[in-house]
Amino acid sequence: MAELAVGVGPLPSASAWRRALHHPSFAMGGVLVLLLLATAALSWVWTPHAATEIDIAHRLELPSARHWLGTDGFGRDVASLLIVGARNSIAVGIVAVGIGIAFGVALGLLAAARRGWVEEAVMRLSDFTFAFPALLSAIMLTAIYGPGLYTSIVAIGIFNIPVFARITRAAANAIWSREFVLAARACGKGAWRITIEHVLPNIASLLIVQATIQFALAILGEAALSYLGLGTQPPQPSWGRMLNEAQGMMFKAPQLAIWPGLAIALSVLGLNLMGDGLRDLMDPRLARKR
Amino acid sequence: MARAEGHLRCQRYAIGRSLSLSCSAHRSQPIRAPAFDPRIAPAASLRGFAPSYSLVPPATESAISLFLLKRLATFVATLLAASALIFAMLDILPGNAAEVMLGATATPEAVQALTVKLGLDRPPLERYGLWMKGLATGDLGISVSYDTPIAPLIVERLAVTLPLALMAMALTTVLALGLGLYAASHHNRPGDVGVMTASQIGLAIPNFWFAILLILLFAVKLQWFSAGGFPGWDDGIWNAFKALVLPAVALAVVQAAILARITRSAVLDVMREDFVRTARAKGLSRRAVLWRHVLRNAFVPVLTVMGLQFASLLAGTIVAENVFSLPGLGRLVFQAIANRDLGVVRNVVMLLAASVIVINFLVDVLYVVVDPRLKTSHG
Repeated sequence: MAELAVGVGPLPSASAWRRALHHPSFAMGGVLVLLLLATAALSWVWTPHAATEIDIAHRLELPSARHWLGTDGFGRDVASLLIVGARNSIAVGIVAVGIGIAFGVALGLLAAARRGWVEEAVMRLSDFTFAFPALLSAIMLTAIYGPGLYTSIVAIGIFNIPVFARITRAAANAIWSREFVLAARACGKGAWRITIEHVLPNIASLLIVQATIQFALAILGEAALSYLGLGTQPPQPSWGRMLNEAQGMMFKAPQLAIWPGLAIALSVLGLNLMGDGLRDLMDPRLARKR
Repeated sequence: MARAEGHLRCQRYAIGRSLSLSCSAHRSQPIRAPAFDPRIAPAASLRGFAPSYSLVPPATESAISLFLLKRLATFVATLLAASALIFAMLDILPGNAAEVMLGATATPEAVQALTVKLGLDRPPLERYGLWMKGLATGDLGISVSYDTPIAPLIVERLAVTLPLALMAMALTTVLALGLGLYAASHHNRPGDVGVMTASQIGLAIPNFWFAILLILLFAVKLQWFSAGGFPGWDDGIWNAFKALVLPAVALAVVQAAILARITRSAVLDVMREDFVRTARAKGLSRRAVLWRHVLRNAFVPVLTVMGLQFASLLAGTIVAENVFSLPGLGRLVFQAIANRDLGVVRNVVMLLAASVIVINFLVDVLYVVVDPRLKTSHG
């Protein structure tokens, strides 16, 4: 019947992963993402200095053998702050994307399986949620509960729900129109069983691609909220917070504004490239078309 | 690059919505499932996926009217729902908002006095009704922290935020259309690769970091602009304009990276259509085809994203205003949060959410004007 488009298909096999490693976008993005993950993992066992250790006598030092990226206005080691900050970004990304997947995918699958007013209600609800970007949700939540890491995670997570609901519903609808689903229905399988056994495995790859995009957006979102003082609070290190502090010392120590921004940009670039690569690999026709 | 294609498809689905007014007959057509990036394709988010417009026959005038009426009804319903949610979050959820505003150390007498002053002793439904009436008449109540009416406070701050958003949008459009067209007309050549690489980097850069880098270069090093602040429009248009240049550039460059990809993809997509081949076969030059046929058609998805980018720019100005210490809506809402001035927060959030909803409604209406297929069906 209908051809299926971008990324709708079962999870790739081992050979597909081998092919992926030779894809420039995916490989480059993968290296950057692995670097981010490794940095975050490293922060649990080792940092050059204690990230929250204040040493006013050595404040605003330039990069040296002792402090690889120098020190900030409180004499804290910038490299250590960056390493621990990676952990924060990843945590926000995982939880916020997790919220989006848990609620969004469930709603999307429900909409596709039930159609009719359920689908309409889910879609109108997602339309409505989009009128509240993460920043606006965070502002409202902060006004009531005060700023904090959880506020930013919830705000970003809420924004992820309609994204996943929409993409899941569109992809699941495509699967529901396939012959093998018709055959499953003819065999007497119910909507719930078809969703779990046929629809979900077939849209998993698409959801993985989407998750990388949302992860990148979550890192950007967390950084922006922390920069504005709505996210991670001191003394917990955060890349956005570091930029906020660096701005106050721009005339004295401009180098401080470089490293955290670079860390955010490289992480997001890595995830974006990986997402692009994954999509190319899952839809070779699109890659050829370009 | 694949993402751009996906994004474009998202836009086309959104656009399809406006043209596929009776698209149930086409449900058996392939339903594609594009990946989705809310930075680039929130249009789809606000309208929904539908089959690509190329599958759908031209809409009749009555179908267009019906679509606009339905869209108007959805628009009004969404506005009301947004206001109800904001009211519930900032007025009902905190319990006694006066307690939140005054903090834990406030005496019961002070809380009671503020409760009466703000009318919080009335039933929630009545308070919501009064707020709705206030929104319609422009009476938004009194700011607790400024002790002045909220409406003039917002209007005063809009005099910074709105020009900033407009400047950023104008810059985004010029940059993105120029780069997108250039990339499409140099498809797979070094110019195209360069634009796409630059836009990939632009997508990854946080706008507030880019703003800080601009300050470092143009204010700290070269000293061409001030590092922040706003002299006010009374101080001369040039000085005020100059204060908004760096923030506008910071907002525009990141947005332009997104829009340039959409423009490139839209142009490339239209260039693959049969009618473009026919126009070329008729003897029209490549340039003539590009200007007369391709741009007009490619503009539909670009317009969708532009409309949504303006909405996100309004929210983005909150960040830019904080980086450059501009006295706009963003600063106002942050000061209001710090001062626990929930009345101001509620009205500013409503204004920003309403902007997103209004702009998306206008974009839908503009499809009817812009899209040549619909125009033809008008006769």
